[in-house]
Amino acid sequence: MSGFGVLLRRELALSWGRGGGPLLALAFYAATATLLPLAMGPEPARLAAIAPGSAWLALALASLLSLERLFERDYEDGALDLLALGPAPLELAAFAKCLAQWITAGAPLAVLAPVVAIALGAPPSLAPMIAVTALVGGIGFSFCGGIGAALSLGSRRGGVLIAVIVLPLFAPPVIFGAGAIDAYAAGLDWKTGLMLLSAYSLETLALGPFAMAAACRNALS
Amino acid sequence: MIAALANPRAFMRFSRWAAPTLGAIAAVLAAAGLWLDFTARPDYQQGYTVHIMFIHVPAAWMSLFVYGCLGVASFLGLVFRHALADAAARAAAPLGAGFTLLALATGSLWGRPMWGTWWVWDARLTSVLVLFLFYLGYMALDAAIDDEARASRACAILALVGLINLPIVHYSVVWWNTLHQGSSVFRADGPAMPLSYLAPLLTLTLAYMAAFGALWLVRIRSEVWRRRAAVLALRAAG
Amino acid sequence: MLDFDAGKYAAFVWPAYGLTAIVFVLLIVDTLARARRWRRAAERGESEADGDDTAS
Repeated sequence: MSGFGVLLRRELALSWGRGGGPLLALAFYAATATLLPLAMGPEPARLAAIAPGSAWLALALASLLSLERLFERDYEDGALDLLALGPAPLELAAFAKCLAQWITAGAPLAVLAPVVAIALGAPPSLAPMIAVTALVGGIGFSFCGGIGAALSLGSRRGGVLIAVIVLPLFAPPVIFGAGAIDAYAAGLDWKTGLMLLSAYSLETLALGPFAMAAACRNALS
Repeated sequence: MIAALANPRAFMRFSRWAAPTLGAIAAVLAAAGLWLDFTARPDYQQGYTVHIMFIHVPAAWMSLFVYGCLGVASFLGLVFRHALADAAARAAAPLGAGFTLLALATGSLWGRPMWGTWWVWDARLTSVLVLFLFYLGYMALDAAIDDEARASRACAILALVGLINLPIVHYSVVWWNTLHQGSSVFRADGPAMPLSYLAPLLTLTLAYMAAFGALWLVRIRSEVWRRRAAVLALRAAG
Repeated sequence: MLDFDAGKYAAFVWPAYGLTAIVFVLLIVDTLARARRWRRAAERGESEADGDDTAS
């Protein structure tokens, strides 16, 4: 497993060093969250009703930010070729990339999410639930996003293309996560929602790297 | 039969007669279907809007059917590295998107007078919407990659990922709706359908399928010609 | 025989049929135009190739 450790450390260093680490994603998240009351009108009751959901949605969008460069830098400077030919399977490298992205961007966003939600008017009691769903859902966003990033390698219009590809894949975690938060707020069964969200994230974690590796090999061919 | 079609020449020979035949069948079935459609007596429940159902249900069915065809073609293209299968998959996408758009639009126009709302976030409609987004993403990816072989493979991977994703989306909305028990169930089929409704519905569905078959074959033929033209141009230049 | 009296639902029913017709027409026209274009290109390429062969 030391091979994986090396890969992970490399990816962590790359994604942390890239453009100030998670700061860009966090700033984008805060900015989108600020725009929401401006768009919806500041009426507290209305904002509070949609606060958890919109915080969750903005999180999904913020996760898209660092995706474009996930594979592209290695693709451009030939490192991806080496990873493809190297001793470790490309799937493992893809896994490491997405995991690193989750650690450096997804997790900080998950910490910020309850703050954003409360700032938008959600009751503070929801904070732990929002943080947990954001953390678990973040895995899904990172790995699905990775699929989009790998598929768009070597194409024009990378960033927007990734978003368009990835949005259908984001639908289930958004629905499960927001649903779980809603259920928690209403005092209903939230465990099912959280389990479904976790199941989805685990599925993307397990299957995503295969799709990503296939897409990378395609781009390198 | 599929193996026989795998050869481009055999495919061209087959589609040369199959495409116009399917087109003619589609036209006849469409005429018959529309006649059955407008001779069916609207019942007191649905009123005249039942006529929208006759073109909504076939469109919705086709959006899924084409998706399935696209998935199979993608799988075959990916596994067997078959250019014709790749072409078939990419040719199906715009047709699928068209049917999905019709399903969404006619569904909306049907829902407003029937259930009082233009849209409802139930499992079926939401899945069709996500399916539409998938088609758009697929076509965008196809357009964004210049190299044809690479575009085919990337699209095939996306198609297989999407194929797994759609049932999950459907289930997620089913689950979400069980939380919010209040939301009405948007039933596209409604109570047991009388024969006078079933006849136009089935006829129009078959008409849509024949039309898809004809258009799909012609689009694949275009692909074959396009590749031929590209190869010949390359040879002439080189 | 054919019942076209939509009553108050006309604003919904006819746009639905109209949109369906438009989409079908667009798909058909695009498909046929595409086929014609590439068929011509392929045939042109072939006649040029034949021309080259006979010339050389």
